[in-house]
Amino acid sequence: MTDAEAHAQNAGLAHQFEDLEQQQETDALGIWVFLVTEIMFFGGLFASYAIYRWLYFAAFQGGSHILDIRLGAANTIVLLASSLTMALSVRSAQAGNRRALALFLVATMILGGIFLGVKAVEYNQKFVEHVVPSLDWAPEGQTLARLAPGGLEHAQIYFFFYFAMTGLHALHMIIGEGLLLWLVVRARKGNFNPHYFAPVEVVGLYWHFVDIVWIFLFPLLYLIGGRY
Amino acid sequence: MSQPIVPQKTYLLVFLGLVGLTILTTGVAFIDLGPFNTVAALAIAFTKMLLVILFFMGVRHSGGLVRIILVAGFFWLTLLIAFTTADYRTRSWTPAPDSWSTTAPPTHP
Repeated sequence: MTDAEAHAQNAGLAHQFEDLEQQQETDALGIWVFLVTEIMFFGGLFASYAIYRWLYFAAFQGGSHILDIRLGAANTIVLLASSLTMALSVRSAQAGNRRALALFLVATMILGGIFLGVKAVEYNQKFVEHVVPSLDWAPEGQTLARLAPGGLEHAQIYFFFYFAMTGLHALHMIIGEGLLLWLVVRARKGNFNPHYFAPVEVVGLYWHFVDIVWIFLFPLLYLIGGRY
Repeated sequence: MSQPIVPQKTYLLVFLGLVGLTILTTGVAFIDLGPFNTVAALAIAFTKMLLVILFFMGVRHSGGLVRIILVAGFFWLTLLIAFTTADYRTRSWTPAPDSWSTTAPPTHP
């Protein structure tokens, strides 16, 4: 098949590629390189987290025990479920099942939305307890009693990390929700078929990456030093 | 992609495994293991990450180029964390000489 024929056959094939397979390999490689830069991006935060947690362990433990472990664990499962529906979306695209593709993409969006909703409830709780560093830092009562042993200044550092890491994660989720919406629109237009579904796969890889970040954030932020 | 279509059951089983590990890591946090609480939490998180990468992200069926890029990413992340941690943890081993003290006024000949 000549180049012109290959392009005439599939509207999804961009002009710089020989065929769909080359295009798909290039797309996949591109998103993997991007994800490596994301690993380094979050890696800086994880590395500084490791240092400060080692320096002020008692304060981090105190801060960690203020978080609601049930909400954290439940949200982890919600996000894992969204990864499952995302994987099933890619599978449906592969199999050429357009209806299932749209359904699973919407399911992924809903689960991501639930995650962000729970996150908003948790953020609100931080304002109620006055443990928002700089903006609203005035813990009192039981909260104060839990934070005091590690030193209030250092507990504030823990909450800086909490908001920076979960905030950056939530921002990635919001971007992911936008990408999913774009995929739903394109899927409904019938843009994808078993030969061309690279956008679904690429967004899927991004979504799973964001899931992996949370897989580490949950134990590192919620489970410091145990709850016994 | 030229990747094979994985049965739905495989994805479901992986998901159930991930949920099981989430419950396990939450449960272990309520048992006093001393420093091993952190080790257990990280080991479980690492296992979950492997499940997601290999099955959901399909690296099981990916080519060598994707694998090399992924391994390179984690290699640099390891360097970042290992050297930063090593620096902070060993700084106090060799204190700076008194003459380097920042509190002493600078002497001009």
